[in-house]
Amino acid sequence: MADPMRIRAQMAGEKINVRVLMSHEMESGQRKDANGAIVPAWHIQEVTATHNGQTVMTAEWGPGVSKNPFLQFTIKNGKAGDKVGVSWKDNKGDTRTDETTVS
Amino acid sequence: MRRLSASLAAVALACVASATWAQKSASDGIAEYRAMLQDGNPADLFEAKGEDLWKQARGPKKTSLMQCDLGKGPGQVKGAWAELPRYFADTQKVQDLESRLLTCMETLQGFDAEQIRKTPYGKGEQTTITALATWVAAESKGLRFNLPQVHAEEKRMFDLGKKLFYFRSGTHDFACSTCHAQDGKRIRLQDLPNLTTQVGAVTGFGAWPAYRVSNGQMWSMQLRLNDCYRQQRFPYAVFGSDVSTALGVYLGVTSKDAVAFAPAIRR
Repeated sequence: MADPMRIRAQMAGEKINVRVLMSHEMESGQRKDANGAIVPAWHIQEVTATHNGQTVMTAEWGPGVSKNPFLQFTIKNGKAGDKVGVSWKDNKGDTRTDETTVS
Repeated sequence: MRRLSASLAAVALACVASATWAQKSASDGIAEYRAMLQDGNPADLFEAKGEDLWKQARGPKKTSLMQCDLGKGPGQVKGAWAELPRYFADTQKVQDLESRLLTCMETLQGFDAEQIRKTPYGKGEQTTITALATWVAAESKGLRFNLPQVHAEEKRMFDLGKKLFYFRSGTHDFACSTCHAQDGKRIRLQDLPNLTTQVGAVTGFGAWPAYRVSNGQMWSMQLRLNDCYRQQRFPYAVFGSDVSTALGVYLGVTSKDAVAFAPAIRR
């Protein structure tokens, strides 16, 4: 199972500033191992963010995103106590969803 | 003519300005880059993993590490790292954080320490030790380094560490001190801390465990020293060997009263 994400969501004026740190290998599929065999691609493909259960952002990611990626975005019209959830799905079908409360 | 000299002066001024800007960008640029990354330091992920591993019942004995004594009594984690390496009566050895964690994994959880010692860094249970070390170090954030120098063995290790620091050997006749005993030195664009001073020692010793952006790996102090020895063309030190502990004691004692800030982020 995938390791948990670290999500921080803080109010900045009327907006919620969300910072997410994901734990993932993000193997591009371009590298070769010591024997010359290609290391199969293994990276996040879909990222979804929710605000109180409602989807506010979806993103399609590819092999160009770094290992242990950091994602930052803002949500309009938020308030402290709101729930912000982030989930990802990788090309092997593994998923991870985490949620936090806005402070 | 007056106009010409005025414009020449302007050009000269521009040159000076760009020269100082270039000078600033060399080391300050890296500092800026680090500050940007610090906000989303992936070391946080390892920290969370380490905390989880500490509380989990693991190993052949299916116990957690919550009774592990890191020098401040069983289960006391906060502040432990700022006082390591130190002498432990039960093993009758001066141990650093990682070798102490391995002792706990052996005695409390029943892991085969010899096998873990032989495991390459970043594989199997070595990743466990690194994650645990990251969390334990983070629990001392903001505290001041205060390594004990009471026991005779601790003093011996300090002297040994100092000796090792200046010990020249290998194909390149290198010592730690070759690169790390003067102020204002750098290798390519990396500033080299002067590890013989408090400020330098804490920049070097105090930063690890750190997340290395260049290879996306979490490095503990053991691995850091291992790589120093690789660069010096020395033979690798065995995991948790007295050599690495002695260097840790020397650097830790030199860092006395400096504020702990690990886990850091490094190039």
